[in-house]
Amino acid sequence: MNGSGTRVSLPARADFDAIANWIRPGSSVLDLGCGDGDLLKHLKAARNVLGYGIEIADEHVIACVQNGVNVIQSNLETGLSGFDAGSFDCVILSQTLQTVRHTEQIVLEMLRVGREAIVTFPNMGYWAHRLQFIAGRMPVSRALPYQWYDTPNVHLCTIADFERFCGSHGIRVLERIVMDGEAHITLLPNLLGSLAVYRFERAGRLDRPAT
Amino acid sequence: MGAVVAQRMAFDAPLACRGGGVVDRYELMYETYGTLNADRSNAVLVCHALNASHHVAGYYADNPRNIGWWDNMIGPGKPLDTNRFFVIGVNNIGGCFGSTGPASIDPATGQPFGSRFPVVTVEDWVEAQVRLVDRLGIHRLAAVMGGSLGAMQALHWTLVHADRVGNAAVIAAAPKLSAQNIAFNEVARQAITTDPDFHGGDFYQHGTKPVRGLRLARMIGHITYLSDDAMMEKFGRALRGDRIGYHFDVDFEVESYLRYQGDKFAEYFDANTYLLITRALDYFDPAQDFGGDLKAALARAHARFLVVSFTSDWRFAPSRSREIVKALLDNRRDVAYAEIDAPHGHDAFLLEDERYHRVVRAWFDNIARDIEGAARGGAAIAAPVDGRAAA
Repeated sequence: MNGSGTRVSLPARADFDAIANWIRPGSSVLDLGCGDGDLLKHLKAARNVLGYGIEIADEHVIACVQNGVNVIQSNLETGLSGFDAGSFDCVILSQTLQTVRHTEQIVLEMLRVGREAIVTFPNMGYWAHRLQFIAGRMPVSRALPYQWYDTPNVHLCTIADFERFCGSHGIRVLERIVMDGEAHITLLPNLLGSLAVYRFERAGRLDRPAT
Repeated sequence: MGAVVAQRMAFDAPLACRGGGVVDRYELMYETYGTLNADRSNAVLVCHALNASHHVAGYYADNPRNIGWWDNMIGPGKPLDTNRFFVIGVNNIGGCFGSTGPASIDPATGQPFGSRFPVVTVEDWVEAQVRLVDRLGIHRLAAVMGGSLGAMQALHWTLVHADRVGNAAVIAAAPKLSAQNIAFNEVARQAITTDPDFHGGDFYQHGTKPVRGLRLARMIGHITYLSDDAMMEKFGRALRGDRIGYHFDVDFEVESYLRYQGDKFAEYFDANTYLLITRALDYFDPAQDFGGDLKAALARAHARFLVVSFTSDWRFAPSRSREIVKALLDNRRDVAYAEIDAPHGHDAFLLEDERYHRVVRAWFDNIARDIEGAARGGAAIAAPVDGRAAA
């Protein structure tokens, strides 16, 4: 499962509404590692998007078909080469960033294929994760519900790490939401937030529509 | 499925073929399973591939061993559930299972058509299928489904009769044949046409048939349907006897198997039909009239698609299915694409594979729910009228 780019399933998907709020109605959306298609189903209902998912796991592909969601069975690590540049309004990587092996390449590919991109990921800098580290253990939490030996996560990062990555890769962050459970965190987000949600584009774009 | 009965329907209107020939009148063999609902909205047409027929599911009462070629897929409770859908299987024109074909008697001459039977294409088959569907009183198919060459027919339906197809299952397909695909077909055709018993296609009058050519054609075809791994798994280098014989008769099991398959095929299949069908494969290219632009060709489609490929299929490899998926996606059409990790090669589409069948089942389940929902919706619309009348 490592590096396969499949979505980590969490009991509650607090980021769905945050993502939906950022998606323009009727826009085209590509969801990478779309799992059982629940986000696309949500976006179709809430924003009438024309959505497609990419998913590698057989079980998830079957679930997408059951959910009536467009899905393309493909490995994310090789899967975006077939997509034309700028062919989607928005490319989403929700709870999957930390499971892909070639993280850098995927994020740049997202911005080639999409005019904008949205990623969500568990924040490794969350206080409970830090405490467990200090206690000498790998963090396990609602946002990171795996033991070290069975986790699909291979590239975990903190909010500060991700923003440094954006800065060094020509990525302009358009919006950020940090959450802990259902709560939106504005104070000390890298410490108090367990989930980060980013909307971003390539820096230097001149044709950015006003939002 | 239980026992099924083959039916025959005659058509008097001439069928003008894409290649310029005309079939003045013709008959089609077909079978149906399940019940057409009151709205006539639950019909699914299943198109056959190279060597199959209208006998898609079930068996014949007088020959229980003659089981339909896609019986594992279609029947009560199967992925394409005949408790919910009305399924139609048809033997294409030019075939050799009872539909009008090269072995049929040409009324003009009283002799079999033989070499005078027109070259028919996927497009011609679909037109003949349309007429059958019309005569069955169905305007819009809930779905059209096919594997391999059958998938090409399903795809063509969505392009030229877009308003008459709700959904299309395109399985183990290619948008057009590659040079290698055509090359294999050409070798098969050469095997047949160079057989001295072929007589230019008019072997019927000579009371013979090009058995050797058909055998070879089938043997070549069969190799391309299986993967290297599947053949190695099935036969390895196992010997027929105790030791290598240092002769040119059968030594290896795989040779014996191919000969058996070839012999069996040559018994029942018509050589001219084999030529026609391989040619139909060669010629199919929906992008041809669109400057080779598959996206432009598929812009006409409005069906919801299920595309399935199999990783070990080197005849129509997954990359060929992905071409179709990309063209659909570029047109923003609804598509689900499953790439099944199966070892069996091209033949995998005919075999039972849990993941494959679950995808197909889930896809048809959605279609059935839509149809049943629409039927209930219709009843719900009718209900307030009664309510008002009561008030």
